[in-house]
Amino acid sequence: MLGTRLVLFIIISLVLMTMDHRYQHLDTVRSTLTLVIEPLRQVINLPFILAGSASQSLSSRTNLLSDNEELRTQNLLLKAQLQKYSALESENMRLRELLESSLKVGDKVLIAELLRIDLDPFTRRIVINKGDRDGLYDGQPLLDADGIIGQIIQVSTFSSTAMLITDPSHAIPVQLNSTGQRAIAVGNGSQGELELLHIANDTQLKTGELLVSSGLGGRFPAGYPVARVISVERKPGEPYLSVIARPTAHLQRSREVLVVWPTDGPQPQPPAVTATDEEQG
Amino acid sequence: MPSTRHGTPIIIASFAIALLLTMLPLPEWAQPLRPEWVTLVLIYWCMALPTRVSIGWGWAIGIMVDVTLGTLLGLNALSLALVAFLTIKLYQRIRVYPLGQQALAILILVAMCQLINLWIHGITGSTPQSWTYWLPTLTSAVLWPWMFIILRNTRRRFRVQ
Repeated sequence: MLGTRLVLFIIISLVLMTMDHRYQHLDTVRSTLTLVIEPLRQVINLPFILAGSASQSLSSRTNLLSDNEELRTQNLLLKAQLQKYSALESENMRLRELLESSLKVGDKVLIAELLRIDLDPFTRRIVINKGDRDGLYDGQPLLDADGIIGQIIQVSTFSSTAMLITDPSHAIPVQLNSTGQRAIAVGNGSQGELELLHIANDTQLKTGELLVSSGLGGRFPAGYPVARVISVERKPGEPYLSVIARPTAHLQRSREVLVVWPTDGPQPQPPAVTATDEEQG
Repeated sequence: MPSTRHGTPIIIASFAIALLLTMLPLPEWAQPLRPEWVTLVLIYWCMALPTRVSIGWGWAIGIMVDVTLGTLLGLNALSLALVAFLTIKLYQRIRVYPLGQQALAILILVAMCQLINLWIHGITGSTPQSWTYWLPTLTSAVLWPWMFIILRNTRRRFRVQ
């Protein structure tokens, strides 16, 4: 009696796992069930919100003044840079129009906050506090101030799960900022680094070189910084270089992340359509 | 046994707290030490109320764990259903052990649960590479006596039967 029930449940589990691993049919089930644990997520996050607001309201006047001063100077600097940037952007657009290329700069972004929740310790994933309600979709890229962080893999109503670029099952198409050579950067898991696959042995590559997203594959917008090369090893007898890079984004430290709606994807479709499309991919 | 079924909310609440502890952010060094809270609570209820909490509960809670951790849907459900089954088979023996010996039995149950998860991780191609994978088994067994006493007192207090 007990044994039959066990066998039944094991079979159900195996079917579920196969479906979850191979196909995307269970995404709605998962996001519905996420609603059940949503209160738990909020309960865990609550102390951090309270502590944040408490420290905000208790921070001293001198601190605020110095912060203010610092931000003011930073703002001024950034504004100056932005002026140059906007001039460059319009020039770039003009030139591209001349070339009749369809690339557009300036993506729509939304700021999301990380929920302080630990997931499976052997994957690199995070949970953010924006979801279906805010129009997020599967496969949407995530950035912080310094570069690409990862992409959204599961959307629920109030929160979504994202995979970091350092997750062992994540790969992102990149190109060298200097030469424009393309490569695939694959996550390295627990070490928080990326590995470049299939770089020919005769490639000119120095440590410290910047890798930017190439926009191929249509998931990530082109031209955002991804990582910096930290080691290049040439093994005699091996056809490819072994190249390790460290993400420019602060994957462990960011509290706020930017969710991007890319405008220069190869398929210029509204998010809803893109979501269902990319689920197949 | 009286047929009154008391305190289902208490059982659900204990599982909710276990899930909370599973999600609770820990510092980087403590993360590999996190005990398998949900497994421990499940083993306790299977031992205390074998006629009420059994494979079905284990499976349902396992699904919730999978949703919480973002693992493959059905992974923890399978291993927790199996743990519930084994506990129901063995509870008469484990219940009379002294607490220390019980902890040893728990060690084996949790280790088995972890082993199944490891196999499934391996099949889907995401094998955890370090030996720290097995630390939760150890911490779970070490924490068992306290878990047992806390849960038993809760059960008596709220007369869950």
